[in-house]
Amino acid sequence: MTEAMTAEQITLYVPRDAAALSMGADKVAAMLRIEADRRGVDVRIVRNGSHGMLWLEPLVEVATPLGRMAYGPVTPDDVAGLFDAGFLEGMAHPLCHGLTLEIPYLKNQERLTFARCGIVDPVSVEDYRNHGGFAGLERALTMTSAEIIAEVTESGLRGRGGAGFPTGIKWKTVGDAVADEKFICCNADEGDSGTFADRMIMEGDPFILVEGMTIAAIAVGAKQGYIYIRSEYPHAVATMREAIRLAYQQKWLGHGIHGSTHSFDLEVRVGAGAYICGEETSMLESLEGKRGTVRAKPPLPALEGLFGKPTVVNNVLSLTSVPVILARGAKYYKDFGVGRSRGTQPFQLGGNIRHGGIVEKAFGITLHELLYNFGGGSASGRPIRAVQVGGPLGAYLPPEHFDTPKDYEAFAAREAMVGHGGIVVFDDTVDMAHQARFAMEFCAAESCGKCTPCRIGAVRGVEIMDRILAGTAPADKQLTLLEDLCEVMADGSLCAMGGLTPMPVRSAIKHFPEDFHRPAAAIAAE
Amino acid sequence: MAAHTPWQRNRALAIVESYRGQRGTLLPILHDLQHEFGFINDEAVPVLAQALNLSRAEVHGVISFYHDFKRQPQGRTVVKLCRAEACQSVGANRLVAHAERRLGVTMGGTSADGSVTLEGVFCLGNCALGPAVMVDDQLHGRVDTVRFDSIAGDIR
Ligand SMILES: Cc1cc2nc3c(=O)[nH]c(=O)nc-3n(C[C@H](O)[C@H](O)[C@H](O)COP(=O)(O)O)c2cc1C
Ligand code: SF4
Ligand code: FES
Repeated sequence: MTEAMTAEQITLYVPRDAAALSMGADKVAAMLRIEADRRGVDVRIVRNGSHGMLWLEPLVEVATPLGRMAYGPVTPDDVAGLFDAGFLEGMAHPLCHGLTLEIPYLKNQERLTFARCGIVDPVSVEDYRNHGGFAGLERALTMTSAEIIAEVTESGLRGRGGAGFPTGIKWKTVGDAVADEKFICCNADEGDSGTFADRMIMEGDPFILVEGMTIAAIAVGAKQGYIYIRSEYPHAVATMREAIRLAYQQKWLGHGIHGSTHSFDLEVRVGAGAYICGEETSMLESLEGKRGTVRAKPPLPALEGLFGKPTVVNNVLSLTSVPVILARGAKYYKDFGVGRSRGTQPFQLGGNIRHGGIVEKAFGITLHELLYNFGGGSASGRPIRAVQVGGPLGAYLPPEHFDTPKDYEAFAAREAMVGHGGIVVFDDTVDMAHQARFAMEFCAAESCGKCTPCRIGAVRGVEIMDRILAGTAPADKQLTLLEDLCEVMADGSLCAMGGLTPMPVRSAIKHFPEDFHRPAAAIAAE
Repeated sequence: MAAHTPWQRNRALAIVESYRGQRGTLLPILHDLQHEFGFINDEAVPVLAQALNLSRAEVHGVISFYHDFKRQPQGRTVVKLCRAEACQSVGANRLVAHAERRLGVTMGGTSADGSVTLEGVFCLGNCALGPAVMVDDQLHGRVDTVRFDSIAGDIR
C-alpha cells in the first residue's frame, strides 16, 4: 500500500446475508480487518445485504472512484493475496468481476423491489433514506386511504405468496370493513423449497418491509402489524427486529409517524417449524397462539382475520412492492410485465444451477432465459432434465416447456404455477418417481390434519409410490390408483396443501412417464 | 450451544410475566422456555395453562403441533440437515446417509453421550447453495461430505 492510501478511509462491503454467512462471510470480514490493521490501512467494513449473485458469495466489494468493484467468492485464505494485488484500489485479481453493477447477471435485471438490496447498509435509516427509502410512505401520508388503495389496485400488483390475488382488492375489502381494530399481517413463513427472496429482502433491506406495511396500515386503517417469520430464519428475525427498533427511534413507527397523525405498531413473531403455517388462516391461528390448523373460508381473513378482526395478510414480496408503486406511481409499475401479470417478480434460481440467486425481472421472461441466460445451466454441467416451479406444491416441467413465459395465466394453462417465484433445477440424474414420492411424503409430514383427503390421502400416496418404486405391482394399476387418489385430494381438500400436492405428482407422471414404469430389479437400487 | 438451565418454575413464570399485556403469546413464551431450558418440560404445561387461562389439553395441543417444540432434552449441538427439493437436487439424500454414519445417530435421534441431535428439516432458505445444514443457529452452504466432516469435527 502507498502512504497516500492510509490517509483516506476505504470502504469495503461484506454481506451479512445468511447465504453469504453460510459460505464464511464472517470469517472473511474478520480476516479483512486483521489484514488491514496489519498493513496499517484504514478500512471501514460495511455488512451489506447480498446482491443475490449467490454463487459469488462471499462477494467482497471495494468502493472506488469508478464505483464498487466485486471480488468473489472470497475465502479467508484469499485475503492477503487480494491486498497484495491492490484490490483496495480496484486492481485486477483472478477473483475480480469488475464493477458490481456491470456484472451482466445484475445489469440485465429490472430491480424494483430489490433495488437497494446489496447496496445499502440494511440497518441504517440514513442509508435507506439516501437511496430513495420512505419516499412511498411520504407520498402516502399526503393521500387519502381511498387514493392509496386505488394506486395499488391500478398498479396491477397481485399477491406474491402464491395465489396471485390482486392486492388492491384485498386492501379495499379490509378498508371498507367497519371494526374497532384491524391488522396487517406479513406472511414471512417462506416455507417453499427453492425460495429465499423474502429472507434476502428482510436481511438486506428490512426498512422496505416496514415501509410497505405502514402504507398498508394507513390505507386500511390498521394500527397494529405482525411479521410472522419462520424459525429457520434467525438472521432475518434479528435484522427485522433491529430495523423495527431503529424505525421507532426515528419516528417511522409508533405514534405520529413522520410528524403525521398516523400511528402504527409493528412486531416480529417467530414460527415454530410448521410448513402449513404459511397458509394464511393457519398463520393467523399460530399468531393467536394456537395450533396451526387451517380455518374454513369464508369468512375471509380480510373480514374476520386475526382475533376475528379485519386483517390484511400479504406476502413479504407483495408488501415490499408497494413502496415503489407509491413512490413512482401505479403506471410506472404497471408498465413492467405482460397480460394480467404486472410489475416484476424476484425469481429465485436454486437447486442444481450454476448461477443461483435472485433474478428480478418483469413478468413475461421465459424459464429458458432464466435457466440459461442468467442461471448458466446446471451446476453439475449435465443437461437439465426438470425444474420444479412454485415450491413443493408446484409442477415439475420438462425442457419442452422451458419456453413458458413467467405469467400467472400462462403457467396455469400448463397445469403449473408461478407461486412465490422459486425455480428448482434438477439434472438428468433425477428420478422423478422419487420426486413424486417426496411430494406425498412432504404432504403427509406437513398436513395440519384437519381433513381426511390430505391427512390420510398423502400417506396412501406414499404407499402407492413405494410399490411403484419397488416394481412389485403392475405399474398401470398403481398409476390408476394414484390418479384416483390425486383426484380425491385435489377435489376434497380444504386448502391447497392437500389440494395442490397432486400437481407435482401428476406433472411428474405426465412429463416423465418412463420413470414410473420400473422393472422389479429396481428394488436393488434402493 | 448455550448451556441450558434446569427447570425452574419461578423462571418460567417470569418469562410468562414478561409478555403480560400482549396477545397471542403462547408461541413466543414456548420459544423462550425452550431457549432457557433446552426443551419444554412437562411441568411447564400446567404452569402455562393456569397463567394463560387455557386448558392443559390446549397447551399440550400447541406444543405437540409444532416441530420446533421438544418434550425431551436435545443434544448439546443440534444439526439440521435440509431434506427439501433444492437440496435433494445436489445430493442432500446422500448427505443424510453420510451424516448418520459420521455422527452415529439416525435422523431425529440424539447421540448416547448427549453431544448431538440430528434432525431433518424442509428448507433453510439457502437453496442456491445446497446442500444446506444448520448447526444451532449457524447456517452452512454447499455442504459435501468433506465439509460436513469438518463441521462435525467441531462438535463436542
Ligand atoms: C400450504 C400453503 C403454504 C403457504 N405458504 C405460504 C408462505 O410461506 N408464504 C406466503 O406468503 N404465502 C403462503 N401461502 C399463501 C397464503 O395462504 C396466502 O395466499 C398469502 O400469504 C397471501 O398473500 P399475498 O396475497 O400477498 O400473496 C401458502 C398457502 C398454502 C396453501
Ligand atoms: S388440505 Fe391438509 S393442510 Fe389443508 S386443511 Fe386439509 S388437512 Fe389441513
Ligand atoms: S431446499 Fe434446502 S435450503 Fe432450501
